[in-house]
Amino acid sequence: MTFLLFAEQMLNGLQFGIMLFLMAAGLTLVFGVMGLINLAHGSLYMIGAFAAAAVAGATGSFVLALIASLAAAAAAGALIELTVIRRLYKRDHLDQVLATFALILILSEGTRWVFGSFPLYLDVPSYLSGPVTLPGGIQYPLYRLFIICAGLLVAGGLFALIARTRIGIQIRAGEADREMIAALGVDISRLYTLVFALGAALAGLAGALVGAIQSVQVGMGEPVLILAFVVIVIGGIGSIKGALVGALLVGMTDTMGGVLLPRFFALFLDPSAATTIGASLGSMLIYILMAVVLIVRPSGLYGSA
Amino acid sequence: MTRENYINAGLTFLLVLVPFWAWSTGQAYILTLCTKVAILALAGVGLNIALGLGGLVSFGHAAFFGIGGYAMGILASHAQTFDPIMEWPILIEGTKSMPVIWLVAMITSALAALLIGALSLRTSGVYFIMITLAFGQMLYYFTIGWPAYGGEDGLSIYVRNSFPGLNTLVPVQFLILSYVILGLALLFSARLSRAPFGLALTAARQNADRVETVGIAPYRLRLVAFVISGAITGLAGALFADLNRFISPTMFSWHTSGEIMIFVILGGVGRLYGPVAGAALFILLEHLLGGVSDYWKIFLGALLLAVVLFARGGLIGTLAGREVAHD
Repeated sequence: MTFLLFAEQMLNGLQFGIMLFLMAAGLTLVFGVMGLINLAHGSLYMIGAFAAAAVAGATGSFVLALIASLAAAAAAGALIELTVIRRLYKRDHLDQVLATFALILILSEGTRWVFGSFPLYLDVPSYLSGPVTLPGGIQYPLYRLFIICAGLLVAGGLFALIARTRIGIQIRAGEADREMIAALGVDISRLYTLVFALGAALAGLAGALVGAIQSVQVGMGEPVLILAFVVIVIGGIGSIKGALVGALLVGMTDTMGGVLLPRFFALFLDPSAATTIGASLGSMLIYILMAVVLIVRPSGLYGSA
Repeated sequence: MTRENYINAGLTFLLVLVPFWAWSTGQAYILTLCTKVAILALAGVGLNIALGLGGLVSFGHAAFFGIGGYAMGILASHAQTFDPIMEWPILIEGTKSMPVIWLVAMITSALAALLIGALSLRTSGVYFIMITLAFGQMLYYFTIGWPAYGGEDGLSIYVRNSFPGLNTLVPVQFLILSYVILGLALLFSARLSRAPFGLALTAARQNADRVETVGIAPYRLRLVAFVISGAITGLAGALFADLNRFISPTMFSWHTSGEIMIFVILGGVGRLYGPVAGAALFILLEHLLGGVSDYWKIFLGALLLAVVLFARGGLIGTLAGREVAHD
């Protein structure tokens, strides 16, 4: 395996990991602050992608499409929080799982009803398409590089928001002791809606960014949702730092496993068997990683409970 | 007799009456629907042992359902092509005999449940939900990537497997077979919940510390419950595959886990007949609403949401009132 291919796959893994972080950040924030497990997070990812594809189709502007994805997902998130989710905070996890599973059914079928079963396509704008040459002679698609940079910027912004701003202080205080900050005069239900909408907007943005590489279709959020769960379980539920580390670990493991395992098996098996076994094992690798992390640390890398 | 017992008796009566009516008027489709209800209810009875008795919110029971289905598919497909599964070190051939398939399905899903449970039960709460979900998805992606038995497209078995003395291709005979198995599973589940093991398991759900103090390890109780639960759901998977004469990775998908959970919740968690009522309601809705709109799952979602938000305790809980024993 050449160095160039290896470097390219590393970048792919990084890009995948950063997209996973955008998904996992919202999940882990919502769990950390409100104690809620939200399966419908993947639907918000889907809503973001559909909003972007619809706006890009109507206006032709990729920037407007990204703004639309943020706005649509945040609005959908706020609406869901106000109507359904806030009734679930005091319920046990079983009720939360079922109610948000019901939301997936409603949102997925609703989207299918509005947009039909055929996938939509979101085109990469011309100024972001084509390859660039990186130091060391690596040819890499500009758009994927853009995703990495955009994701890193958003991640940095999120850390700054949580560490430096008043809202961030309130969010952290909400994780630590919700009665106390309510007693100190913070409107806790407004804070919850805000956190939920923030997480939704991040998921929607991730959906729109990835939607330009893959097709935009109903159910696109589900595989990502499950990977995001693996990420936050590995990182420790409620920890943003854990989500970042977990996302990069999962992104790298999945991408590199898919590339390296078939080559590894090809050393001592015939090529077709090596490809099959390698690909099957490669898709299981992140779950094995999760199992190992949990055996060593049952509450994740940065989990406190 | 309590109110719940009357409801259970009424449900049993209905579940016998409908197929009898369908059989006497020659409506094979209704018979197939009733068989589906019985098989899905069986999967729910399995989950209910973990979820209702043990309080273990497993979101990965599709793993056992799928393993049962694939046990059937693998054995029957090898028997269909007269191609042994393995020749070395011992010769293992495929089979079309239901009892053998059921046994293999139960043993393999019990082993899988032992492995998954041993790892997952180290955690609790949300971690447990997500880990069981992740293990289910792991098997889902594995079967998609495994070309030997159809991969993503699944695999058809042309003739339904055989049971000594019956012609299983006659709908009413396969229906009776499924009903008998469901009946046995319900009987087992009822006995289990009153047996010392079931009582200890219930106690561990309510207060694990106290159970530990009297010298019982909750981890072992839960693991055994998880294994029993997985084996029953695996048996349901084998029957379901035989009903459709088809297996595919969809059996492993997390939607399947969600649906098995929906049967239990719609009917009533921890209620003996909960899964039966839930599966019957689910199939009824699918049948009625599916005819009205292609997007019937919107209504299913809305109903489920309403049950979770407003009618806690499910169908049986709403009809029979609260359980006498509170958590």
